Amino acid sequence: MPTLETHRAIDAVWRIESARLIAGLTRMVHDVGLAEELAQDALVAALEQWPESGVPDNPGAWLMAIAKRRAIDQFRRRETLDRKVTEIGRDLETQELPTAEPDFDAIHSNISDDLLRLVFISCHPVLSTEARVALTLRLLGGLTTEEIARAFLTPEPTIAQRIVRAKKTLAQKKIPFEVPAASELGERLASVLEVVYLVFNEGYSATGGENWMRPALCEDAMRLGRMLAELVPKEPEAHGLIALMEIQASRSRARTAPDGTPVLLNDQDRSRWDQLLIRRGLAALERAAALEQPMGPYVLQAEIAACHGRARTPEDTDWPRIAALYARLVQLVPSPVIELNRAVALSMAFGPEAGLAIVDELTELPSLKSYHLLPSVRGDLLAKLGRRDEARQEFERAASLTRNERERALLMKRAAE
Amino acid sequence: MRFMVMIKSDERADSGVMPTEEELTAMGRYNEELVKAGVMLAGEGLHPSAKGARVKFTDGKPTVIDGPFAEAKELIAGFWLLDVKSKEEAIEWVKRVPCTDGAEVNIEIRQVFEADDFGEAFTPELREQDAQLRLAEQNGS
Repeated sequence: MPTLETHRAIDAVWRIESARLIAGLTRMVHDVGLAEELAQDALVAALEQWPESGVPDNPGAWLMAIAKRRAIDQFRRRETLDRKVTEIGRDLETQELPTAEPDFDAIHSNISDDLLRLVFISCHPVLSTEARVALTLRLLGGLTTEEIARAFLTPEPTIAQRIVRAKKTLAQKKIPFEVPAASELGERLASVLEVVYLVFNEGYSATGGENWMRPALCEDAMRLGRMLAELVPKEPEAHGLIALMEIQASRSRARTAPDGTPVLLNDQDRSRWDQLLIRRGLAALERAAALEQPMGPYVLQAEIAACHGRARTPEDTDWPRIAALYARLVQLVPSPVIELNRAVALSMAFGPEAGLAIVDELTELPSLKSYHLLPSVRGDLLAKLGRRDEARQEFERAASLTRNERERALLMKRAAE
Repeated sequence: MRFMVMIKSDERADSGVMPTEEELTAMGRYNEELVKAGVMLAGEGLHPSAKGARVKFTDGKPTVIDGPFAEAKELIAGFWLLDVKSKEEAIEWVKRVPCTDGAEVNIEIRQVFEADDFGEAFTPELREQDAQLRLAEQNGS
């Protein structure tokens, strides 16, 4: 097989296998940083050997066998760690060496647990949000440091540093490789969901740079979200999050005009919405509902997205339901941004005055002083009420506040209307 | 990117011989792996061609031909719709399909067109039609 082709195959194998590999190794060596190094060593070995030998029949088991061998070498070199060598030795004896057949039984018995532990350690609250995001993409998403840096428009050394420090922090604080106890599971899961949604949002509405969307990040987040929903199938919020992402992503093709400018929800060509993703989102919401628990923030947001997803035309949108869902959401997550969304829903359901009353109250809040969507929404409501001059001022103000070039252009256009 | 992965039939399968329990279990596990990895968007197995039909257009006129059809090896027995990073990743997943009975099995991997791939030929009107169809399908079921 030509080298380039093999390298592409290795990239693919890495994307499929790396999370399981690192998860399994972390359980054995009790150190996520070391586990990742060992996995990387195995990857280097594959890059050296597979162009000659071809991709083995069971590449995952091959990589694991190499990584384990490296682990033993390393521990033997550090003779002080005798105890761990014995542990791994025992572990090796009880595990089958790679055969041609993938051993799904072995995978089933413990890989899911290890993956879940890896999810929780990557999103551990001792780490900063930025560190959690980088570590999650690296360890669970199988992204390289370079890919993460490109996605977040951050210099590669910054991301590399962030990952190194995160691994060091986990080691220094002796964070155990475990699924949190039931009493703290809710809070810890919220931290995981937040990281995944943050990645999605960075792709869905890029906060900086020229492009309004970076689809690859959305895809990475959705893959993580789907994985997560299967790892914790009894957690309605995990289904809520993936439902929310699937339904939002269903609109990605319609959100941008051919020249790259953003198209707002009500102006979108709904024939371009991806019906497969909408169906998947609705199915995920059904799974959440079947668990018969009160709706959490992600389920509520997904229910709102579903109201749009179901509407064939903007006029078909069930705005009163959306306003009611926002009212429940703002009770769970008191936030002026959600209140602003509720104002929009109310204006759609009952007229611009109903929305403007809430928006005017929000303009007093210092926390929204530099939030571009507030003047943007206010401008829209004022325009609908025929108050053109006030509307123009608001659009101009919104344009001066946004960091996204495309969005700024759209707002300036509205100001000139 | 999305790939349609089609597993081809053979005389035995198309004559209506059901897979063994063992084969079904192995396939079930494989599908579970795909779902757990977050790459499977959809997937179904198909009845033998005896239960299907073909519609052939000659000079714009449709003729209906009932199954079964010859050349079982060219028929599709089932499909997956995968959402993966590259064609190579689709291939790696397909190499893991459990095909253990020793017979020859053919699986075809094809990239799915997105509306944007059609360029100008896919006019807004066509898109509209396409979506109405999909909406009708969604709400009808």
